[in-house]
Amino acid sequence: MTALPAAARHRQARIPVSRQMLLVLILLAAALAAPFAVYPVFLMKGLCYGLFATAFDLLLGFAGLLSFGHAAFFGFAAYVTANAARQWGWPPELAIPCGVAAAAALGAAFGWLAIRRQGIYFAMITLALAQMMYFVAVEAPFTHGEDGIQGVPRGLLFGLFDLSNSRTMYYFVLAVFVLGLAFLHRVVHSPFGQVLKAIRDNEPRAVSLGYRVERYKLVAFVLSAGMAGLAGSVKALVFQLASLGDVHWHASGEVVLMTLLGGVGTLFGPTVGAFVVVTIQDVFAEAGSWVTIIQGAIFVICVLAFRRGIVGMAAPWLARRGIEA
Amino acid sequence: MTTVLGIPIQVLFGQLLLGLINGAFYAVLSLGLALIFGLLNIINFAHGALYMMGAFAAWLLLSHAGIGYWGALVLAPLLVAGIGIAVERTMLSRLYKLDHLYSLLLTFGLALIAEGVFRQLYGISGLPYEIPASLRGGWNLGFMFLPVYRGWVVMASLILCLGTWIAIEKTRLGALLRAATENPPLVQAFGVNVPRLVTATYGFGVAVAALAGVLAAPIYSVNPLMGSNLIITVFAVVVIGGMGSILGSIVTGFLLGLVEGLTKVFFPQGAATVVFVVMAIVLLVKPAGLFGRSN
Repeated sequence: MTALPAAARHRQARIPVSRQMLLVLILLAAALAAPFAVYPVFLMKGLCYGLFATAFDLLLGFAGLLSFGHAAFFGFAAYVTANAARQWGWPPELAIPCGVAAAAALGAAFGWLAIRRQGIYFAMITLALAQMMYFVAVEAPFTHGEDGIQGVPRGLLFGLFDLSNSRTMYYFVLAVFVLGLAFLHRVVHSPFGQVLKAIRDNEPRAVSLGYRVERYKLVAFVLSAGMAGLAGSVKALVFQLASLGDVHWHASGEVVLMTLLGGVGTLFGPTVGAFVVVTIQDVFAEAGSWVTIIQGAIFVICVLAFRRGIVGMAAPWLARRGIEA
Repeated sequence: MTTVLGIPIQVLFGQLLLGLINGAFYAVLSLGLALIFGLLNIINFAHGALYMMGAFAAWLLLSHAGIGYWGALVLAPLLVAGIGIAVERTMLSRLYKLDHLYSLLLTFGLALIAEGVFRQLYGISGLPYEIPASLRGGWNLGFMFLPVYRGWVVMASLILCLGTWIAIEKTRLGALLRAATENPPLVQAFGVNVPRLVTATYGFGVAVAALAGVLAAPIYSVNPLMGSNLIITVFAVVVIGGMGSILGSIVTGFLLGLVEGLTKVFFPQGAATVVFVVMAIVLLVKPAGLFGRSN
């Protein structure tokens, strides 16, 4: 399979740190000030889905694997965290890792099966496995079927910070998001990340060079699933809800859309895409099926004419100014 | 009353019949997917949406033009195939040179649009479509009661599948198609218009999906979501069978329908997931699929 987007392959030259740092600092300052200007729950939703899409992009953008079932990890972690916080009364610092571990374990199982096939088959297998997860969520008693797990307490973080305050919750979500992005950046620029890119660009060659491709793919899959789980766990606390919508194939499609729209294989692209998609959802929330229609139309436009995505389009311009997007 | 493993035989055969009908739809849809995949190398995510549009076309023909079931059986596939061909010409054909995942994403987007539009227009409660007068009633087979329409659906699907298989394996057009699947430039060099063959194949695959939609309309209510729920299961069927052979997808489709029916009798909680479990097992034992060729 050939590499996906041109943007994903743009050279990652050594760049002067100063401008990059400046941009990061400006973004960080804006993010810190944002809840004073914008509704915090909206921002948290964008950040959660941004983290989710970033996790997905680790697979698609850097390993060339299109998972069409990432909602399984997002939703499963949301259920586990919600259950831990509500039924067992666990504090967030325990409930969230519990969700992440569950998602990573599920990712290990699904990834182990899915990496047996490549390309289109891989996408179909992940979609089918996620659908299985959906049916399990419909039937299993602890998910409460159509109702979902409602009224999840946000709790006291480390016994100190009261997350029921929306602004406190926002800064916690922001911290998790920044850590997640930093983690992805570290993974992508590690030797492990380089091997992943080699597999993405030319799998037979990576095999012939002696890399155990399956192992790398599986580790990438588990990392991505765990990160998607982190996003799902945090989301369950933000909305105090874990529901069937989180594991539905629509959610799997949405995360693909966010990444594609923002820019496959870029650091900030998936988050930009997530905020656009979340904004569309909010604006058209009352307009019935229009959200689905618009999302479908964006898919079509992106694939036909806008394959590099928003950040992918800006990447060469930014790169000339010494900034890696 | 006769029982098998504690299950009344009527219940057992009733579920097997339901399984056979589901299997017929799996077979017809996975056949179309395999056909399109063979020549175009793409997975048509919109296949479920086109199946749904076939059912809606039948309903619209009846309610707006007064054209009944038998007319719809011919017209609906033609109408939907027209849409499919337009999509292939204007959009899909631009993507053949790119990674095949892009056409998966494009058809996914189209499926979302179709589902959204029909949901916006007709809601999700489903519209009734009556069984045509000539196919009402049923036969008492002694061990079970067979509604005529359900028998007809299984028969029609079988004929459709076998007809397609014969057309591909035994006719000159089928030979061209198989040759173009193997080596498109060479077939083009022999003077065959391969792009037109590609368009025709896509159109045919779409028509088959729409025909399945018309067959399904009187059994399940006509519903915007009927396609997306089915297509994911069909993907699992395709992974199980492997897309290498047409006959393979037919056999796998019917087989999994029956497996699903049996599961509904003996372990009802597992009926929704059994196809995916079978897929997982097949991936472990024979990753290329039951009828697939490993690359």
